[in-house]
Amino acid sequence: MPLKSPDELEQLRTKILEERKAQGEKKGIVLCTGTGCRGAGASEVFDAFKKALGKKSAIEFKSTCCHGFCERGPITIVEPLGIFYQGVTPADVPQIIAETVTKGQVIEKLLYRDPATGQTIPTEKAIPFYTKQNRLVFGNNRHLDPTRIEDYMAMGGYKALVKALFHMSPEEVIEEIKRSGLRGRGGGGFPAGRKWESCRKAHGDIKYVICNCDEGDPGAYMDRSLMEGNPHSVLEGMLIGAYAIGSSEGYVYVRNEYPLAVENVGIAIEQATKMGLLGKDILGSGFDFSLVINKGGGAFVAGESSALMASIEGYVAEPRAKHIHMTESGLWERPTNLNNVETWANVPVIIEKGADWYASIGTQGSKGTKIFSLVGKINNTGLIEVPMGMTLREIVYDIGGGIPGGKRFKAVQTGGPSGGCIPESLLDLPVDFDELTKAGSMMGSGGMIVMDESTCMVDVAKYFMHFLKDESCGKCTSCRDGTLRMYEVLDAITKGKGKEGDIEFLEEIGWMTAEASLCALGGSAANPVLSTIRYFRDEYEAHISAKRCPAGVCTELITFTIDPKACIACGKCRKGCPTEAITGEKKVPHKIVQAKCIKCGTCREVCPSDAVKVA
Amino acid sequence: MTGAQLENILKKHDYQKSSLLAILQDVQALDNYLPRKTLEAMSQRLQVPLTQIYYLATFYRAFSLTPRGDHLVTVCTGTACHVKGAATILNTLERELAVQPGETTSDKKYTLETVNCLGSCALAPLVVLDGHYHGRMVGTKVLSLLKGDKKDASKKS
Ligand SMILES: Cc1cc2nc3c(=O)[nH]c(=O)nc-3n(C[C@H](O)[C@H](O)[C@H](O)COP(=O)(O)O)c2cc1C
Ligand code: FES
Repeated sequence: MPLKSPDELEQLRTKILEERKAQGEKKGIVLCTGTGCRGAGASEVFDAFKKALGKKSAIEFKSTCCHGFCERGPITIVEPLGIFYQGVTPADVPQIIAETVTKGQVIEKLLYRDPATGQTIPTEKAIPFYTKQNRLVFGNNRHLDPTRIEDYMAMGGYKALVKALFHMSPEEVIEEIKRSGLRGRGGGGFPAGRKWESCRKAHGDIKYVICNCDEGDPGAYMDRSLMEGNPHSVLEGMLIGAYAIGSSEGYVYVRNEYPLAVENVGIAIEQATKMGLLGKDILGSGFDFSLVINKGGGAFVAGESSALMASIEGYVAEPRAKHIHMTESGLWERPTNLNNVETWANVPVIIEKGADWYASIGTQGSKGTKIFSLVGKINNTGLIEVPMGMTLREIVYDIGGGIPGGKRFKAVQTGGPSGGCIPESLLDLPVDFDELTKAGSMMGSGGMIVMDESTCMVDVAKYFMHFLKDESCGKCTSCRDGTLRMYEVLDAITKGKGKEGDIEFLEEIGWMTAEASLCALGGSAANPVLSTIRYFRDEYEAHISAKRCPAGVCTELITFTIDPKACIACGKCRKGCPTEAITGEKKVPHKIVQAKCIKCGTCREVCPSDAVKVA
Repeated sequence: MTGAQLENILKKHDYQKSSLLAILQDVQALDNYLPRKTLEAMSQRLQVPLTQIYYLATFYRAFSLTPRGDHLVTVCTGTACHVKGAATILNTLERELAVQPGETTSDKKYTLETVNCLGSCALAPLVVLDGHYHGRMVGTKVLSLLKGDKKDASKKS
């Protein structure tokens, strides 16, 4: 039955809460089955729990989506004690139920061990990865089964919607968002309130709001985790935005590669519609709003606003010139407001807690928190949410736990293919929109890829240019050919065919590509190249002049040799070598025949005594 | 794909030209590629030029115009996987299967593809074999994976 008034919504909430209270502090198990943990085997653990628990109703079993600490998946939390188990396998399930759930005993071997102190840490709260975070938007994932709207209700869900619909005018909502200082989380950092205002003021009866869940940045997955783990928070944000803007139709554009996000947001829309939170005359307010899901076709440029709208219209996702803003003439030439998933998910928080409270978090120009995907050469890989302005050093070392294997930190890449690399000398940079841009990178959608001494920065630049030349839609010559030419030059450099003047040439095409391209793909395409030249020029020069790859990555510039002193002549490399390039017998140190070596790295991988050297 | 199956898909989307992308997705989901005959029939039924359908089908990564092999091997070449050695894994597979990404082996057994980030960066580098995620890959592991070595417990996702 659809709810017809705010009172009915509150009655339902009270009922849910009372039912839960009546059951007392239930013993419970929370298992993360988000994409990261599924990759690590959470589905099998899920089946094992289901089987072991059977219909034992005394134990509540909840499967949630991403908690963020993906490095340690599959993650299981035993309530009410909050015991945190990592790397859980189906074999651990009976013991968890028998000992921890039933008797409250902790299983040492499943606990997180702090690499710094060597001590085990029994609860989530005390793990350094979590303590420094401020999980305003992302934190609820841990408490929600995303397929149950009741869970969202129990946490105060749709309260902000009621506040907006019944206690605020659309203008007041816009004013509140403006005062909060919320900036778009999808890349550009445009003030959300201002965008809403211009869309509200635009002429036309029919207006659209769209949620951008295309998330094309390779190495970023926060939008996906929000959409999978807490879809109602995104819907609630969109409802509030649509009310403020005067829109009654919306779209959720989800990337093709995200089937679970599509599924969960689909369930959320269905449930919200059944409850009367979507549809006609929502909660008796007279406000109508409905939502449609669109699946993308897997193209990076489809995340760009005008390209995304072309894609919804059924065309190829090519951007168009924006002499007229999307807020005036967007989807089907009607005023359209597009925001990113995380931007939308911030809206209910702001409306509920107030703009002043929100604006007290963060820096002068960037308010609130930001979710980052902290990945690459870092100990604690995962999704983190921190207040704007936290330094890179705190993120990499305090939350990320530093670089694995005692290696030396080299750079953090932020902003995805449109961003750049930030070197060690800037580790104390406070991370916000403006500081990152000043450093020659950008916030982007929040990817943070950590690189260590064994990452080659020229190779990284080449990697991004390869990506961009493939993903450029080809409409502008400057972007299509600029990215291709930069890639060719970088490819030559990494193959030892670089020549004097290449760096200057890259700078020149980079500048031209940025200046002459229509959309921000071309506009920012040179960033990965220019920022690596800016901070790692010596590496470029080593490749070009000395024909040397200091990080030992570029295969044409390195040689594999076996250190005869370290070689134990076990024969593993000889057997493993795909080109039979290794000679030697038992007890005789092995040798690599350079003419046959294809530098695939197999010998180094299989060597038990670390005798294979790369230089 | 039979004519009736195509008709069902078209009907589901109300014969709308604006749903072309979604229609192609449904065809791809059913046949695992976009057969030329189906695209020609679609062009007829919807009165859309075949060139326009071809334009869409070649623009988006999700579509394939050639049939895929029995097994789909996908290497993640997202940034996190790249810095952790995805290139070596891809090279190994290219050498072993003697195909380039996007191609199918001549015995139609394997199709090799790449993808940009699967949201499991913590397991980088990542290889997906027929929907099963295999994390923290190295060259030798990927070879035993292809050989169906059961020691590499597969993780369904
Ligand atoms: C090439 C390109 C790709 C983009 N990809 C995305 C994306 O995947 N997700 C996203 O939210 N924004 C993306 N954007 C930014 C959007 O154009 C747009 O600015 C954003 O979705 C607006 O929402 P926001 O103001 O809430 O950030 C992309 C931009 C460009 C130029
Ligand atoms: S980069 Fe490979 S899973 Fe994210």
